[in-house]
Amino acid sequence: MAVLEIDNLHADVAEENGETILRGVDLEVASGEIHALMGPNGSGKSTLAKVIAGHPAYEVTEGSITVTLEGDEFDEEIPADLREWDLLDMEPNERAALGIFLGFQYPAEIEGVTMVNFLRTALNAKLEEREELFEDEESADADADDEDEGYETSPMEGPADEGEVGVAEFQELLQEKMEQLDMAEEFANRYLNAGFSGGEKKQNEVLQAAILEPEIAVLDEIDSGLDIDRLQDVSNGINSLRDDQGAGILQITHYQRILDYVEPDFVHVMLDGKVAKSGEADLAEKLEDEGYDWVREDVYEAA
Amino acid sequence: MSSDQDHLEETDTEERFAFKKEEKSAFDTGKGLTEETIHAISDDKDEPDWMRERRLRALEHWQEMPMPTDWPGQPDLSEVDIDEIVPYIRPDIETRGGAENWEDLPDEIQDTFDKLGIPEAEKQALSGVGAQYESEIVYQNMQERWEEKGVIFCDMDKAVQEHEELVREHFMTKNVPPSDNKFAALHGAVWSGGSFVYVPEDTTVEMPVQAYFRMNSEGMGQFEHTLIIAEENSEVHYIEGCSAPKYSAFNLHSGGVEVFVGENAHVQYSTVQNWSKNTYNLNTKRAIVEADGTMEWVSGSMGSKATMLYPATILKGPGATDNHITIAFAGEGQNIDTGAKVYHNAPDTKSTIESKSISKDGGRTNYRGLVHIADGAEDSSTAVECDALMFDNESTSDTMPYMEIQESKVDVAHEATVGKIGDEDVFYLQSRGLDDDDAKQMIVAGFIEPITEELPIEYAVELNRLIELEMEGSLG
Repeated sequence: MAVLEIDNLHADVAEENGETILRGVDLEVASGEIHALMGPNGSGKSTLAKVIAGHPAYEVTEGSITVTLEGDEFDEEIPADLREWDLLDMEPNERAALGIFLGFQYPAEIEGVTMVNFLRTALNAKLEEREELFEDEESADADADDEDEGYETSPMEGPADEGEVGVAEFQELLQEKMEQLDMAEEFANRYLNAGFSGGEKKQNEVLQAAILEPEIAVLDEIDSGLDIDRLQDVSNGINSLRDDQGAGILQITHYQRILDYVEPDFVHVMLDGKVAKSGEADLAEKLEDEGYDWVREDVYEAA
Repeated sequence: MSSDQDHLEETDTEERFAFKKEEKSAFDTGKGLTEETIHAISDDKDEPDWMRERRLRALEHWQEMPMPTDWPGQPDLSEVDIDEIVPYIRPDIETRGGAENWEDLPDEIQDTFDKLGIPEAEKQALSGVGAQYESEIVYQNMQERWEEKGVIFCDMDKAVQEHEELVREHFMTKNVPPSDNKFAALHGAVWSGGSFVYVPEDTTVEMPVQAYFRMNSEGMGQFEHTLIIAEENSEVHYIEGCSAPKYSAFNLHSGGVEVFVGENAHVQYSTVQNWSKNTYNLNTKRAIVEADGTMEWVSGSMGSKATMLYPATILKGPGATDNHITIAFAGEGQNIDTGAKVYHNAPDTKSTIESKSISKDGGRTNYRGLVHIADGAEDSSTAVECDALMFDNESTSDTMPYMEIQESKVDVAHEATVGKIGDEDVFYLQSRGLDDDDAKQMIVAGFIEPITEELPIEYAVELNRLIELEMEGSLG
């Protein structure tokens, strides 16, 4: 069980005189919880998602993002001094290794890289990075020596089958997860998101989460561009992340529609770069009916 | 470190190209190029008079022609001074024309090719192998079953002696005459080594044949000549690999390749070049394709200080086809100027050119191409696609696709993209667990995938590995 804690987070666009977008976000998401994050366009939802994952286009000017582990997350007992992590000090791939996953609103299309190759590489990279994060310093030194030993490449045989998860084992895992999401087998050999429809891309984001098994998955408008059948597949996938893998979900959405399938434990409303209001599932319904104006009035009257 | 890993280290890619051997030769011409140099080479090879005369005529062309200096964006060749290089070095071996067993070679030469992985590849995936060290072929072998079918795969010098008529007819006559360009002229004067491939009618050589060219000595020039004749309905895949260790003085590689593709024949010519960064790589490669024949050029141009290479295809017969796939990588201080030339001289001819280039740390890549469709070559089509990927704002890439279309009933398509590696793409992969370098390598591997998929798997892996090493900046 892990907790993602965002405290008084301020962030600007990382350029000279960059616009300030986040103005003091407070939010806490724990494994096993489903949070919906709603709010009007431009309120900072997507920026928050990207900042959590470490996007270089934003600069954090104040506040913190931490992940606290309970110690039993990654199969092995984690020593007490390696349970608190300041995400702002970490590279995006290190955050991924710690269990943060970002489902993109607009996933990148990478030509020439098959899904199966990409996902296995990512999974093994994550496991390897995680090992580095959690090993003590002595063995870290030993590993550093290892790396100086050169490339384990025999010239005409290609690279040894690197990584913890081998090809055959991974094929099986991928097939199983794809079936769960009702994805056609041929996806495995297509190039990553290249030429995928909007819906296929979103399905693919959930598939990646299912394979990488995050502690906390931040899903940015995973429901946009989905028809009703696919919305159900994707929703089943998200519920399974929580129910079967114990992940915490922070789901950014504009619509009640997906929340009918993925029922949130908590609903938050972002306004002007802050979380302005939090509540339970019924808050989302009220937003659907009445829009955001009343929240704005509430907040500014109170202030 | 376990003994297992010792073995792996011995064959690691970086190590395999970085090593150099002590220079040891039986004969060399000394530096510079005069008529005496030509006679010395011709005498040492005991060549027929016609070949000696061709060399001397080529030398005249070389002396008359100016250095190319006015092509936009071309590499600077001012350092290339023929008086500073040794054009001919015969390695110290007993067997002229190539030993048939690796064991018959001196240890240091055997060791060189072992490190390059050639004998291993021969066992696994090749019909025949030739290996050139400095100016001469030192190893040459082909499986017997091909010999029985009349396939010839031999050292070019030996072919001059043993297949004199074929060579006399085809060698730098109608395909690449020495007058073609300054470096073709130089090549014609001092050429040495290379391969002769002859595939008789109705014969398919199922596994590729490979030649590997290794320059070991500092300040030398390597000028191997490859002549491939594929008769009607035949098929062959020829693979050329090249490398040299790094020295402070420049080396010059100026190969010549002539391919004759008969009616309905199919030739694929694949090159993976990895020259050291002091090498000038200035080649002339050309194919003439008869009716319904197909020529395929697949080139990976890595390394070198400067490369100028534009494989050309003349589609001579109706229904002839050409495919070009090229990839170039330029890092710091490199100018890789590559491209393709296709002449559609008959109706119903087709060509496709696909070029990919990557530049990094101030490197420069150029695509320089020409498609010529002659008057009367009706119903011909050409499609040219050039994509350039840059890592940073210091790197440069130029695309110069010239088209000369004299016939109106043709289909011409051209696409070009130039882009920087996408920050959003890198971030996407990083967010999945890949570090910055691995993310970029994955994007580059995907970018060149259309090319690597054309290569036998061993070479695809090798090419990817070389690119990774280039990206890490760890190749000399």
